[in-house]
Amino acid sequence: MILPFLIIIPLLAAFLITLISGGRDSWAIVFSILAVISLLALSVFSFLSTGSQTFIYEMSGWKIPLTICLVQDALSTFMLVIVNLIALTSLMFSVSYIRQYSAPWKYYALFMLLIAGMNGVIATGDIFNLFVFMEIALFSAYALVAFGGKAEEYEASFKYAVMGSVSSTLILLGIGILYSATSTLTMAKIAEILPTLDVKLTYWVGAIFLAGFGLKAAIIPFHAWLPDAHSSAPAPISAMLSGVFIKSLGVYVLIRLFFNVFGGVAVFNEVFLVIGAISMIIGVFLALGQWDIKRLLAYHSISQIGYIIIGIGLATNLGILGGVFHLFNHAIFKALLFYNAGVLEMTTGTRDLRQMGGLAKKLPTTSFTSMIASLSIAGLPPFNGFFSKLIIFIAAIQAGRPVYAFLAGLGSLLTLASFMKMQRYAFYGKENKDADKTLAKVSTAMKWAMISLAVLCLLTSLMVIPGIRELTLDPVVAVIMNKTGYIAEVLGR
Amino acid sequence: MVIYILCFALLLVGIYGILTKRDLIKIILSLGIMGYAVNLMFILFAYKRGAGYAILVKDKAVTAMVDPLPQALILTSIVIELGITAMLVALAIRLFEKYKTFDITKIRRLSG
Amino acid sequence: MKPSEGMTLIVKTVTRISVWLIILYGIYIILHGHLSPGGGFAGGVIIALALLNVLLAYGRGFITRWLNIGFLHDLESSSAAIFLAIGILGMAVGGGFLANFISHGKLFNLLSSGTIPLLNIVIGLKVCTGLFVVVWTLAIFHLSDKGEKQ
Repeated sequence: MILPFLIIIPLLAAFLITLISGGRDSWAIVFSILAVISLLALSVFSFLSTGSQTFIYEMSGWKIPLTICLVQDALSTFMLVIVNLIALTSLMFSVSYIRQYSAPWKYYALFMLLIAGMNGVIATGDIFNLFVFMEIALFSAYALVAFGGKAEEYEASFKYAVMGSVSSTLILLGIGILYSATSTLTMAKIAEILPTLDVKLTYWVGAIFLAGFGLKAAIIPFHAWLPDAHSSAPAPISAMLSGVFIKSLGVYVLIRLFFNVFGGVAVFNEVFLVIGAISMIIGVFLALGQWDIKRLLAYHSISQIGYIIIGIGLATNLGILGGVFHLFNHAIFKALLFYNAGVLEMTTGTRDLRQMGGLAKKLPTTSFTSMIASLSIAGLPPFNGFFSKLIIFIAAIQAGRPVYAFLAGLGSLLTLASFMKMQRYAFYGKENKDADKTLAKVSTAMKWAMISLAVLCLLTSLMVIPGIRELTLDPVVAVIMNKTGYIAEVLGR
Repeated sequence: MVIYILCFALLLVGIYGILTKRDLIKIILSLGIMGYAVNLMFILFAYKRGAGYAILVKDKAVTAMVDPLPQALILTSIVIELGITAMLVALAIRLFEKYKTFDITKIRRLSG
Repeated sequence: MKPSEGMTLIVKTVTRISVWLIILYGIYIILHGHLSPGGGFAGGVIIALALLNVLLAYGRGFITRWLNIGFLHDLESSSAAIFLAIGILGMAVGGGFLANFISHGKLFNLLSSGTIPLLNIVIGLKVCTGLFVVVWTLAIFHLSDKGEKQ
């Protein structure tokens, strides 16, 4: 009964913002904060109450093959918690950050639509409904990337919109082929019928979906839009896009489709491993050469998505545990890093690392939290990134694939080097004499957004402790690994 | 079978247009062509030889009907395409304001 | 700017007569959405096209005087909110989100099939205002390209 509200509340908030607050931004802020807080509370509650059970919500009173159903299991509620957590901090950060743009209430309405789309993609159990919610989320993402109104932002948004809609068309084609073969759109029903059909169908549709959702996840042959779009968007939106958007639309859907619906075909796991490794290494190499701080972070997103994909592709319990855990961690520290970048951009007026320097004294909170986030993403103990990378590393060795373990270690080292460069140029080193002395003020809400995420960077590393892991991560892994469980639970057999 | 191949060819025309055209408006049109090809594919999936439309009419016997669900689906996808086209056109107008051109080889402020 | 306000007299006259017929046809399509092909989206598009006809024939200046664009914006978001409200009502009264909680009536009657005609009307409003506002927004771009922010 909870899941429909996770979609209704943000949608309602979006329409109320446009309706009531036309021009008055304070109402928009109140509405959106209230909506997101209630969403976070609902999603945390649903995650804790779900455990390893599965609840189905059938829309409009019809029964399952005829209706759209929402699936509430450990995986979907886990993703909902991540999305709404990052959304709350992003909103806290936005309140003072977004004042520099015109008409902030439009921003809040679009933001609510973005959350509605992502929650819908995660909650739904119907493949066409997934497509529709994905488009809602993508639309608002295109608009939000272009929100700043500079030439580069329109350019990035156009590029993203063209590539995104090509991939959406491919996904629609895949859905059509699946429908014509199985005569149903409910994912569990498709999963039930697919094994009775020719396996070639699964390969074809899988290839189409891999291209389509792979572009949303920005894994490497399909990554070209990400650095532009994520670096051009306003900082809180970059955090949303890099932190949760590419995961809920890309990685989550890939996991759901390839494990729960297609039943974990071995060929695709191999493909996941290869493209994951390529994304991981090439992404980090591309990041090393960047001087624009947000582009650097965007390329690291590609690299870290590579880690998650490798973990998933190993298809062992431990590998998927690592992948899912890293997904959670990456959402937290990448959002934090983008907030830091946003503060740097706001205070110094530039994104070029070479024009910064010596900011550690002037921006103590930002400097400190960005140090924590950098250590997390580089995978140093005791921060969360270390544990998830370690799990992926061990899983790769256990699965008899030391090459991927070696590549993961190499990627981690290069990440460390890249973030040392960022720290050195932005916060330490020589102070830039030419820089503007009048630093814009960092508001309290922004500081709290950064501090709370920095604390979470430490706290979430507790999730490896067996007692907590059994409550949080293990049910998620069980849902992914249980190939027939999804069908049985959703169809109620 | 031939009709499916022709439909797929239409999809390829769209992809070809997106990949090779340099004009923003032509890229948007190519996206539209791709979308139409997929919509047409859905209609073909729903088609049944000799079946009528899927609407009950007063005083008319119920006969074999084509599958109405894909038609409902493509209605949704048409709405989505309408939205994306409007979005892209708005972006193209804004780009034209900034760069005074529709040529994508001249709109290159972002690298890579 | 002034001389290009609208098209020739012939176009204006034809538009003046036909626009009401088109709107009437759109309303017909919306109201018979549950009985015949069409429905909220198709009818809404037809009405929006009628309004766009006026926009093309009479120019941007006339349409701002004739229609209150801000009101259309409000109508658009409120129709979406009403759609959600009907859905939530279905949740509260019976079944689930968007459950059809009104009596279904007799087949082929105009007043039948529960909430479907209501939803059709709401969708029709949403589509006609939404589509018109979208094209309107694209049309006013030209006015504000002299360095002024929209």
